[in-house]
Amino acid sequence: MYRSNVLVCGGTGCTSSNSLQIVEKLKEEIAAHGLDKEVNVITTGCFGLCALGPIMVVYPEGSFYSMVNIDDVPEIVEEHLLKGRIVTRLLYQETVKEDTISSLNDTAFYAKQKRVALRNCGVIDPEKIDDYIARDGYAALGKVLTEMTPEEVIQTILDSGLRGRGGAGFPTGLKWKFAAANAADQKYVCCNADEGDPGAFMDRSVLEGDPHSLIEAMAIAGYAIGASKGRVYVRAEYPIAVKRLQIAIDQAREYGLLGEDIFGTGFDFDMELRLGAGAFVCGEETALMTSIEGKRGEPRPRPPFPAVKGLYQKPTILNNVETYANIAQIILNGADWFASMGTEKSKGTKVFALGGKINHTGLVEVPMGTTLREVVFEIGGGIPNGKKFKAAQTGGPSGGCIPAEHLDIPIDYDNLLAIGSMMGSGGLIVMDETTCMVDIAKFFLEFTVDESCGKCTPCRIGTKRLLEMLDKITKGQGTLEMIDEMEELCEFIKANSLCGLGQTAPNPVLSTLRYFRDEYIAHVVDKKCPAGVCKDLLEYTIIKDSCFGCGLCAKKCPVGAISVTNYTAPGKKRPAYEIDHSKCIKCGACMDGCKFKAIIKG
Amino acid sequence: MRKKISSIPFSGTPEQEEKLKKVIADHLDDPGAVMPVLQLAQDIYGYLPFEVQKMVADGLNVPLEEVYGVATFYSQFALSPKGKYNISVCLGTACYVKGSGEILNALSEKLGIEAEECTPDGKFSLTACRCIGACGLAPVITVNEDVYGRLTVDDVEGIIEKYKD
Repeated sequence: MYRSNVLVCGGTGCTSSNSLQIVEKLKEEIAAHGLDKEVNVITTGCFGLCALGPIMVVYPEGSFYSMVNIDDVPEIVEEHLLKGRIVTRLLYQETVKEDTISSLNDTAFYAKQKRVALRNCGVIDPEKIDDYIARDGYAALGKVLTEMTPEEVIQTILDSGLRGRGGAGFPTGLKWKFAAANAADQKYVCCNADEGDPGAFMDRSVLEGDPHSLIEAMAIAGYAIGASKGRVYVRAEYPIAVKRLQIAIDQAREYGLLGEDIFGTGFDFDMELRLGAGAFVCGEETALMTSIEGKRGEPRPRPPFPAVKGLYQKPTILNNVETYANIAQIILNGADWFASMGTEKSKGTKVFALGGKINHTGLVEVPMGTTLREVVFEIGGGIPNGKKFKAAQTGGPSGGCIPAEHLDIPIDYDNLLAIGSMMGSGGLIVMDETTCMVDIAKFFLEFTVDESCGKCTPCRIGTKRLLEMLDKITKGQGTLEMIDEMEELCEFIKANSLCGLGQTAPNPVLSTLRYFRDEYIAHVVDKKCPAGVCKDLLEYTIIKDSCFGCGLCAKKCPVGAISVTNYTAPGKKRPAYEIDHSKCIKCGACMDGCKFKAIIKG
Repeated sequence: MRKKISSIPFSGTPEQEEKLKKVIADHLDDPGAVMPVLQLAQDIYGYLPFEVQKMVADGLNVPLEEVYGVATFYSQFALSPKGKYNISVCLGTACYVKGSGEILNALSEKLGIEAEECTPDGKFSLTACRCIGACGLAPVITVNEDVYGRLTVDDVEGIIEKYKD
């Protein structure tokens, strides 16, 4: 027994700010004080509050140290762990209230969250199977194999109302039911861990923080549909996730929880990893399976659906990591428990990766039906630097932007679709007034043009033409007719593309056109970028009444576009300067150099 | 995705070839071997020149066009060598809205190369990458295994300086 447990986050965000070196230093200092029999150091998965990383929590007190620096470690060990005096200065200040220190769970970031898929992330050591078992791990697999028939398992998942967390929201139980109904000598259970949506990292956090939950769920799925083989398709860009998942698989095999005759019930199930190599289209189910077969990951027409002919032409189910992370909890707590959370048609919780212009960048899990306002302003802590909220982008390159007028809409699959976005895998990027919506649409189109596999024409050529038009608009060469033409092309691409990538690729354009049409018009008609992002449309101007006439801007200007005028503002001693727009190359050097903030862009 | 194919002559060593042959032999019975073998081959050689693709095709007994097709399909496979220090700029959405595009431009200007290129002395190469999942630190770049987060354009010079010698 240890008297203290020190949990240090070993997720990608915190390891990128050297949390593993902090663990080493901790162990060193603890040993130096002879405390290594009393204090236990545990490297966990992601706590979720990535903005404050590296994160360290000391139990039993529950002291939450944020943005820990390696130089702080000796002080924490000496003061807190040796002498029992919490180093208040280094705590996350929201947990410090006058004389008392509140629990992590009472902070605005955690209080409204409900952790199901992430329940073990930041709690257990992901490289120790015993930690997982201590948290009821593999109890669901035991229950399924010894007490339930495959039909009962599928019925439980159906009754829970769980829908696919990868984005499209197809009922998971139904998928399993279809695959179970097809007889074959071999079936496969696959997991999509190829989190390609830029700005989304919830699957990564589950893989890094709780890999056994995935293994257990895939074995349960194998039992339900009659499959003995599993494949996890995971991004090679997630080295920590790959390593921990492989450790977890090896441990599960060693404990007899994977392999032959699991729990002595005669059920066989084993699984392997396949590394992706960076292709967004491989998130599409048929493309993913083709890629597991070692080929170019191009999608193919459906039907036949994977439940009939999937991997190696055998019946296959494919679910997302977060979907699997819910399975064991549903089996243990029952379908009614799960269905009691969420909205009428979207049950349970959803994990979102909050990013962009938001204070608490990180990972949050909330019940379905939570409003965007609660997520952004209460949990997420609002927008930094006093800027104004402009839009939240969900669903990545397949989704859309949600404007301020829809902040109070309860988030679920159907509501998001109705307002022109989609749930997607859970990336939620917040944008403020300095983000140009035309530029964002262009950013996503550049992504889809790059990632289109090229197999079908509407997607390959359509997205390219769309990008060309957006490019012209951001350069001030657009016309009003071009906007109409873009809308028509968007509808065509949606209707005619082969797979989900092409069918959703126009969404960023359509949704920004729907809510921010005035910005497009400003680019096209006034040739202005209201957010001041599109370089070709920027104009730098000196506010003459604020100009002290120091002439620094004229010295900084590389092309000699700034000269002195004969106007002297009231109260100023020297005449003001002005910019010749025909010479200006819009480098911004004058504005950066001005000490009096007398130069504006827009 | 467009790939830059290197014109630098191939210079593999017999040790590297030995390693590749072993990798190929280990995967002979694997039905989907092309991708994992190419991944391991890239670990050995650092990139996938035509000569290596040919060895993989011959070794696994699959047509060269299939190997080339896979090598050019996935963004992770490089057909030109990387520099001693590969600088990778994250252009995921979270980093992009926080200005990683400007950081890429600044790096490109400082190094005198475009993305997906390598400096003539073989020291630095520059890549634009997809989300690496460290969105809490946006905008982020990596130099080989080192991660630099919460960057501004002004940090660029200092970072390059660190790897100059």
